[in-house]
Parts: sequence; structure tokens; C-alpha cells
Amino acid sequence: MPAISLKLNGRSVTAEVEARTLLVELLRERLGLTGTHVGCDTSQCGACTVHVDGRSVKSCTMLALEADGHEVTTIEGLAAADGTLSPVQAAFREHHGLQCGFCTPGMVMSATELVRRNPGASEHQIREWLEGNLCRCTGYHNIVKAVQAAAQAGRG
Amino acid sequence: MAQDGIGVAMKRKEDLRFLTGKGTYVDDINRPGQAWAAFVRSPHAHARIQAVRTEAARKAPGVVAILTGADLAADKVGILPAGWLIHSKDGSPMVEPGHPALVADKVRHVGDQVAVVIAETRDQAREAAGLVEVEYEELAAAVTVTQAVAPGAPLVHEQAKANTCYDWHLGDQAATDAAFARAAKVVTLDLVNNRLVPNAMEPRSAIGEFDRATGDLTLWTTSQNPHLIRLLLAAFTLGVPEHKLRVVAPDVGGGFGSKIFHYAEDFTVLWAARKLGRPVKWTNTRTEAFQSDAHGRDHVTHVELALDKDGKFLGLRERTLANMGAYLSQFAPSVPTYLHATLLAGCYTTPAIYSEVRAVFTNTVPVDAYRGAGRPEASYLLERIVDVAARELGIDRVEIRRRNFIQPSQFPYQTPVALQYDSGDYGATLDEALKRSDWAGFEKRRAEAKARGKLRGIGLSTYVEACGIAPSAVVGALGGRVGLWESAHVRVHPTGTVTLFTGTHSHGQSHETTFAQLIAEKLGIPFDNVEVVHGDTAKSAFAMGTYGSRSLAVGGSAIVQAVDKIVAKGRKIAAHLLEAGEGDVEFRDGKFTVKGTDRAKTFGEVALTAYIPHNYPAGLEPGLEEGAVYDPKNFTFPAGCHVCEVEVDPDTGTVQVVGFTAVDDVGIVINPMVVEGQVHGGVAQGIGQALLEEALYDDKSGQLLSGSFLGYNLPRAADLPSFRVGTHATACTHNPLGVKGVGEVGAIGSPPAIINAVCDAIGVRHLDMPATPERVWRALRAAKKA
Repeated sequence: MPAISLKLNGRSVTAEVEARTLLVELLRERLGLTGTHVGCDTSQCGACTVHVDGRSVKSCTMLALEADGHEVTTIEGLAAADGTLSPVQAAFREHHGLQCGFCTPGMVMSATELVRRNPGASEHQIREWLEGNLCRCTGYHNIVKAVQAAAQAGRG
Repeated sequence: MAQDGIGVAMKRKEDLRFLTGKGTYVDDINRPGQAWAAFVRSPHAHARIQAVRTEAARKAPGVVAILTGADLAADKVGILPAGWLIHSKDGSPMVEPGHPALVADKVRHVGDQVAVVIAETRDQAREAAGLVEVEYEELAAAVTVTQAVAPGAPLVHEQAKANTCYDWHLGDQAATDAAFARAAKVVTLDLVNNRLVPNAMEPRSAIGEFDRATGDLTLWTTSQNPHLIRLLLAAFTLGVPEHKLRVVAPDVGGGFGSKIFHYAEDFTVLWAARKLGRPVKWTNTRTEAFQSDAHGRDHVTHVELALDKDGKFLGLRERTLANMGAYLSQFAPSVPTYLHATLLAGCYTTPAIYSEVRAVFTNTVPVDAYRGAGRPEASYLLERIVDVAARELGIDRVEIRRRNFIQPSQFPYQTPVALQYDSGDYGATLDEALKRSDWAGFEKRRAEAKARGKLRGIGLSTYVEACGIAPSAVVGALGGRVGLWESAHVRVHPTGTVTLFTGTHSHGQSHETTFAQLIAEKLGIPFDNVEVVHGDTAKSAFAMGTYGSRSLAVGGSAIVQAVDKIVAKGRKIAAHLLEAGEGDVEFRDGKFTVKGTDRAKTFGEVALTAYIPHNYPAGLEPGLEEGAVYDPKNFTFPAGCHVCEVEVDPDTGTVQVVGFTAVDDVGIVINPMVVEGQVHGGVAQGIGQALLEEALYDDKSGQLLSGSFLGYNLPRAADLPSFRVGTHATACTHNPLGVKGVGEVGAIGSPPAIINAVCDAIGVRHLDMPATPERVWRALRAAKKA
């Protein structure tokens, strides 16, 4: 099996993976990072969204091999070492942007990239950006509010 | 009001773990030595199984075992029962075919389980499942209810003649016929309540585990009601006594009804774990979920409304064909009957109502409760025909509703369809919704949109629903095979902190927060000193779980009863410590005080005394822990008004919701932030039903055409607007909190408001859901031709 090395949530990780192993499988099943979820099998729901070199990526649609030499951040790596929530995480809590919590990790990862790239994002832009992340609980209302709040503060 | 008690928008206790990836959903759990299960599912809607050949699959790498319907039959286990018995008009019981967890004779829908492959890894199990060869003799399928009741239709179950499960009715037929005979105007409408797939974001998952040392079995499962699953496993499907069986539903990623039921896969992993002596895990794929999670709705309805010349409703008649799918899921029989026809009075004084519902088997996935369960079907037909009546009588849509409202002075109000509403103020929620949506200013917005080439429309619905299910005796009299009370156990620890054990289950509803607020308020202790435990039959006492917007109205009432017992015992202890009469001690703000004095003992001091009873009332048991069950006296009746504003692009037929206002009376509110969130989610699902979602079967092959997120149009962020949400409370009169329930109102009130708005925009009498661009465009084109 080929070996890969990546930087995962700030730490160097080496793993042997089958060629067909998906990045999400490596994270969840081999490395125990179960915060990244799988909600579909057609790359539609976005529950598995992580950052690869700072860009949000659906980890169900990327081979683990492709992460070789790259920097991967999952929901577990977003808060500060002392547990302080990232601004987007904090805004989701403040604005009740989550209910069952299942889509939340992917939603937060996706929103974090948006806030970084477009701190002034409008409601319309936020809704368009979140096109690849499905939520069945919130009707997106409070997710949009949370992302807006984090964006207006100009903070990822 | 306490700063962290009832009525405060407390931030959620649940959030920290969910936001940091530390939630524990079933698929996050792995047990030592576990094997994986994958199911072999039918690719046909209706076919006789001629042979199941497993030789090739057995030789595949990692395969541990393959179990088929023949193994199930040999063990005499695994027949999933229905939980509700409905009788037909003629008194005969419904036709009740068992639902085998693995089918041996014939498959009855695409996705029906034929065999299960157990292997060392998930991939090995799935690959080997593909090697199981099943020889089928394909049969003609009955896919839609209309096909299924046609003469000569293929029979899904031989014992169900004309595919009829039951032919039921409710109401006074003669009185209703008489009302129609004297009516100045009769309005009729044929409509379809479209079939939906609930699609909680977390796919179902289960792990069965067998303890060789003790013989105990444990099932981890994605359930809204672990106790109910344990009862069904014990009494029906597996035959293991309850004390040897534990069911755990940890963090669960949404349910919306679809995770109430005892599914074949839950049983199968536990059965296989016992056979193999090792844990067996299974997680659904989304594509399989479309073929195996219970669907919702699917009614074909003819409705008639009789009115006098002034627009007063005299009578209502409904005839509905309700699709049960291929088997009876647990609560399926109750959904189109007692959760539907009983709501046909709506907010109105209609004196005579008659409903006929024929439940029909088809070669489709079983249909059962989905957010609202029967009540969205009632509000939809009612609020649609009221709009059509207003249009045909030339009466304003708001005015016709006002003329027929049950007035606040008329409560308690006995409807002609069995229910007695306890409270409400339908005019108040209507007024507030009209104000917030600027209903009066709409024509200006319509004209402005017209100038931009858009067709703008507005619509409303005024609905009532029945939830907080339900008084056990009533449920029993109506054919329910369960009681619907709820349990709560309040354990006060020696230092005065509290653990609550509730029989309800939170899978998005925020019980860990709102129940803690409730206890904080009642005991005058900090919110942070309360922990809520749910979802494990080994921890909480037997109870019925979470569905039908019952957790607060029923489960919360049980909490109040248990807390009252704690306070009563605490008062005895405090009186002893304070050397006062028990009657002279009052409990307020976390202190037991001798009335009229400043002599007091804090709740913490009393708790400590209960556990260190050195100076203690004679004859009183040490300890401070109380349990209670609450069996509701009636249903609760949330109500409200939803207003929707849409813009239609006449060139493409695309409908955009440009405004949505919901003003709901959900009774007393514990946490307004949580309540608003529940309404947002319900409305989003209502918009999904009205404009986007449809479980669409090919009517010949029985293949589910919208069978994944690529084909099934789940609402995305850009499909929805921001919502205007408000509440106007009238207290429930029969539970101690005055609460009614909020989980389902959004999905019940919104679909008719949306379709009423679309019809208003494009000037048509009726349009079936979902109002897709194609449907809207065709309707516009037909209207132009006419």
C-alpha cells in the first residue's frame, strides 16, 4: 500500500492507504476524526467538507492519496488549542445555526472559507456559496445569519 | 423570571460538542471485533424470488456469513409489526400483512431486503453483496394508489383484496349530506399531497452487539425512541426479554419521523450479532436510504365544501386514497386516519364533516409519519378549498376565514370530528401575520413586480393541528397498541446539582438546553447545574420517545411532576431543619423559607441533608430523587397563520419565495431562539414540499426516479428566503406548563400558503405540488390558451 504524509490539523501524519481510500475514510476510519460526516453518496450534501490547503473540499470526492504533501484541516482543528471557538463556530452558537449537528462540521468548514475570502459577503452571496452544503433542520435562516455575523466582523 | 429559566433564549448546551466535531453519532462508534453488514436489495418493484445463490459471495474475501429470508423463517423471527389497528367502515380489522426483515417469497418494492452479507470490513460486505445472485420472476407492479385500486390490478399482498388495507370513515355522513343539500354553493377540488422522502441528514445506522458472558444484547441505533425499539424487539421481532436488551440512540442527526420506526436493519444486525457472537455494524448509504427509509404523505384526495350565500361553511366532505406502500410501517395506519381526518374542522365552525379514507398497498417503499404526519395533508386540502371557495364566491380570502373562525369565547370547542380544542385565538395570529407581512400593501408590490415582468402573488393559511400525543386511553380506543405517556426522573445529587433522565429523545430539538431551563426555573438552581440524559434504555425509564411534537407537552409535564415531588420532599426536610411546620415553609428562588421570616435553607443545603441525614425527619427516606409519568389529558392544539409571497417568472415558470411570515401559537415558550429555529426548519420543509420535493416513481417499472440528491430536490440555501417568525401564545389549559408544541407547525401551516400564493400569482384555480417550473409554465400556457 502506498504511504502518504500530510499535515493534519497542524500535525504531521503518515499513513499507508489503499489506492481507492477516500480522504473521508482515512479521516474517519483510520485516524478517528469522526467530526467529518458522510451524509450522501453523490457529493451533494457537503457534510464531509474539510479544508485542503485552506480551500474547502468535499472529502468524499477526493482520494486520500491526493492529500499527500498537503495541509488538511478538519472541524476538530478549527478551534484554538485552548478550546476557544473560531469566529465562525462562535457565530453558529450565538445565532442557533445548528440543530441536530450533523451537517454542522461541513457547514462551518465551508462558511469559514467564505468568510476568509469574502468578508463582506451579502446574504445572497452566502446562500449561493452554501449551495453545496445541505441542512434539513434549520431552513438555513440562522446559518445565514451566523455566517453574516462572522463575515461582517471580517473574521474567519 | 430567572435569567436562565423559562422564556430566555439560552444558548445551547449541545452546541459545543457539535461545533467541534465531538458529537457521537452511531456511525462514529466502532466496537471491538465488529463485522460489517450490507444488504442485498430488490432491484424490482414486484417479483417472485425463484432462487438466492450465495456460493460466489461466500467465497469473496472477508465474508463471515450470509443470511437470507429462509434463515429468518427458520428462526421464526423478524416480522416487523404495525403499531396501530384501524377498523374499516364495516367493522372488519385492517389487512395486516407482516413485514419480514428479509423476504423469502416475493419482493414488493425496489429496495426490499432479500439477504444480508456480513464481512470483516464495510467494503468487503458491500462487494460481496453484489455477488449474491437472486433469480426473480418479475410481476406487474401497482405503483400509484390509482393503479392499485383499479380493477384487475396486481395484488401486493394476496390477502388484501383490491390492495385495500382498510376503508375507514369518520364523521356524520347523514348530517354532512344534509348540509350539502341545503348549501347555496358547493366547491369541489381534486388534489394530490405529494410523496416525500424525509431525508434527515444523518443516514440510518445500527450496531448489534452480543455479550457472550451475560447473553445481553445491545443495539446502537439512529432512533427517536429507543425504548419503543426495545419493546418491539423484545415482544415481536427478536423475542429477547427486555432486561437482557439495551437500546442506545446517542447523538442522532435529525429524524422528522423517519427514525421513529423499527426497521428491518435494526433487527437484522442484532439477530446476526447473536448468531455470530460478535458485533455487527451497518450504515445506510443515501441511495439505499431513498429505498428503505419510510416515505411521507402520498394522498390523492377529492374534497367538497358546502357554503351558505354568505360564505359560512356548512359541511365538508373528503374522500382520500392513502398510499401505505408495500408494508405497514408502525404508525402508518394512524397517519391518514386519526392524525388527519380529525383535523378537518381546522380553525372553523364547520358543523358537519365526513371523511372517507381508503388505505392502499402499492409496490413502493412503506409510507409513515413524516413531520406533521396526516395534519399537513388536512391543512393543505382545507386551506386550498377555502381559497378556491373565496375565489368562486367573490369573498376576500381573509374575510372568508374570519367569518368561519372559532371565536376565543367558544373554547373548549368540540369539533364534529372527535377533537375538543382547549384554547386558541385564531384572529390574533391572523392579524399579527397580516401586519408583519404587510398584506395591506401587497398590491403595490404586485404592480412593481409586474413592471419588472414578474408575476407576484400572495397567499395565506390559517391552520390548527393536534399534537402533544396523546392520552393513552383515547389512543387505545382508537386502535393504538401503545400508551403515549412520558417519563421523567430527577436525580438531585448531594451537592444540589441535578441529572434529569427523560424518555424523550433529542435529535435537533435542543432538549438538553430547554429541559435544563425548565428545571433551573422550577428549582431555582443555575442552568449549568442541570444535565439532561436521554437516549439509552439502560439509563432512563421506559417511555415513548419523541415524535408528534410531544416532548415538551408530555415529557416536560412529567418533568414538572417529578420536580414537584422533589420540592414536596425538600419542604419536609427544610421544615425539620428550620423547626417549622411544613405548611409554613414556602419554596421560591431556590430557597425554602419560613413564611414571613428570613429563616431559610437553600436547595443545596436541603439536598445535602437528604444524603447526610444526621438531623432528619423521622420516618422520611434519605435521598432526593423522584420519578414521574405524565399521561396527557388531551392533545394540544397549536395554531397560527402563515403568509407567503412569491414571484413567478412567466418565461420559465420558476417560483421564488420572496417573503414568508409565520405567526404561530405554540403555547408558552421555554426558549424563543429554539422555537424560532423549529419554525424555520418546518417552513423550509413545507417550501420543499410545495415547490421542490417529490418522490417520483416510474408508474410502470416502480423505479424511484428521484432516488438520490441528484434527482430529489432537497431545499438548498439559495432556494429559501429569510423568514419572519413570531409567536402569539394562548396557554394550553390542561398541562402544567401551558405549552403546546412547535416541532411540526412549520410543515403543517406552510404548504397551502405557498400554493395559494402561486395560484394567486398566475391566476389559476389549483396547481398540484410541487409547483415546479414545468408545472407552473404549463399552467400559465394553458391559462393563456383558455
